[in-house]
Amino acid sequence: MDKTDSELLETIAGLHDIPEGSFNIRKNGKLLARNSTADIEIVPKKDKDGIDIIIKPGVVNKSVHIPVLLTVGDFRETVYNDFYIGEGADVTIVAGCGIHNDACGDAEHDGIHSFYLEKNAKVKYVERHYAAGDGTGKKSFDPVTNIYCKENACFVMESTQLGGVTSTDRKTYARLGKRAQLIVKEKILTDGEERAVTDFKVELEGEHSRADIVSRNVAKGKSVQSFGSDLIGKSECFGHVECDGILLGEARIVSTPKIDAVSPEASLVHEAAVGKIAGEQLLKLMSLGLTEQEAEDAVIKGFLN
Amino acid sequence: MLELKNISYTVQDEDTGRIQTILQDVSLSFTNGINVITGPNGSGKSTMIKLIMGFEKPASGKVLLDGEDITGLGVTERARRGFTIAFQQPVRFKGITVKKLLELASGRSMNTDDMCDCLSSVGLCARNYIDRAVDGTLSGGELKRIELATAIAKGGEVFLLDEPEAGIDLWSFEGLVQIFDRLRGKTLIIVSHQQRILETADRIFLFDSDKISEADRGDDLYALLTRRPALCRRNIKEQ
Repeated sequence: MDKTDSELLETIAGLHDIPEGSFNIRKNGKLLARNSTADIEIVPKKDKDGIDIIIKPGVVNKSVHIPVLLTVGDFRETVYNDFYIGEGADVTIVAGCGIHNDACGDAEHDGIHSFYLEKNAKVKYVERHYAAGDGTGKKSFDPVTNIYCKENACFVMESTQLGGVTSTDRKTYARLGKRAQLIVKEKILTDGEERAVTDFKVELEGEHSRADIVSRNVAKGKSVQSFGSDLIGKSECFGHVECDGILLGEARIVSTPKIDAVSPEASLVHEAAVGKIAGEQLLKLMSLGLTEQEAEDAVIKGFLN
Repeated sequence: MLELKNISYTVQDEDTGRIQTILQDVSLSFTNGINVITGPNGSGKSTMIKLIMGFEKPASGKVLLDGEDITGLGVTERARRGFTIAFQQPVRFKGITVKKLLELASGRSMNTDDMCDCLSSVGLCARNYIDRAVDGTLSGGELKRIELATAIAKGGEVFLLDEPEAGIDLWSFEGLVQIFDRLRGKTLIIVSHQQRILETADRIFLFDSDKISEADRGDDLYALLTRRPALCRRNIKEQ
């Protein structure tokens, strides 16, 4: 790994070196490093590009890292990763992709991830996307995340787009069984002419299933973001979706939450608020001695953190 | 010493376009100690605080700090000169934690002991609040206490407290008075209607629609204000 690789790896996965335990590090379409353990097995797919990650039942307090690095232009890849989480397992999965594109050709990584959680399984999924580089080529991600939770399973997703991404079109689908739970915390920052689209569709099938989706978006410059959500309550369940957006410059945010109570026992809530930073917030921080720019930065940092 | 000289402030009604005078040719001096501004709603008390902090600019007149004209200084510059304000309505921030807000106020990183020092003075336990966001998950009383804590963390020479008792329960009132006592060596300007706060004042300014009256400890007006404030207003109007 060179310096660029290390910087990207640290930014997207918090890694300073090759991690311990199970991992799969991919760079420019090729395997850079892989390790399986007795608890978490990583198997390359035979029919298409991607891996199967198999987590044995009852495995707890373990993590697996599967970061992707892209440091060339004129490159596009679609990778299929399937995660099988055994009954009662409790693990952290750190994914994410960093693009560094100094070329004039486009660079794009599309990760198609599917998670299959058995009964009582719990996953914390951390996904970070970041792009840098001085090239004129685009830096794009179009991830798809499918989540299937059986009884009493819990999936916590922390998804962050840190900046520099020219365009992204994110799709997340979840189907929740009895007492299963989905918690999503999404943060997206766009600037310049960047464009971000994020869509959630969640089917609350099982009794007492719950979904809580919170998306916080900051759009600067002339960037455009679009947030869509579709919560479908098919039983006695609870769903909450919230989209908060801060606008700066000439940016635009479109929020389209949809809730569909198929069952009369479903309780579904959506909230959306988009606007500039409140003047009183800036005044409060300026009254502590911050400049207007420092106050604005503090509000955004807090909002996204 | 903080002096306001011939301050006037007007606003324009958005619907009718009419100019409304909030303060006209007001001259006041605030010295070290507890200065309490009181008076009926709409008499310009909070406007005065905003003018002193630089949130609003006067239509005419000057603001002087130790003889220096600071009328043209913005909010940030005044804050750095030692002006500190606790808002009447605390501001909420999604994502900014109590710890971060206190660090921004104090200008330094704070450990749990530092947080304890600061929050215990407003009756809060740091451990319960250190990682909580300053947002709608906190009650009005909690937000008000944290607002006061940011003022204490920041420090300064001129403290502007706009209705600091609002949302503070009666059981915690004594703690509030203790904070004022701690700050008595500074210039403390408090907007309040509360008799117990009036009683702590070294000097009281009674704002009414067309008149501002001053009273020091020992004055008849001071005695009247701290005992029968309603009578006091009638008394002044009859003069």
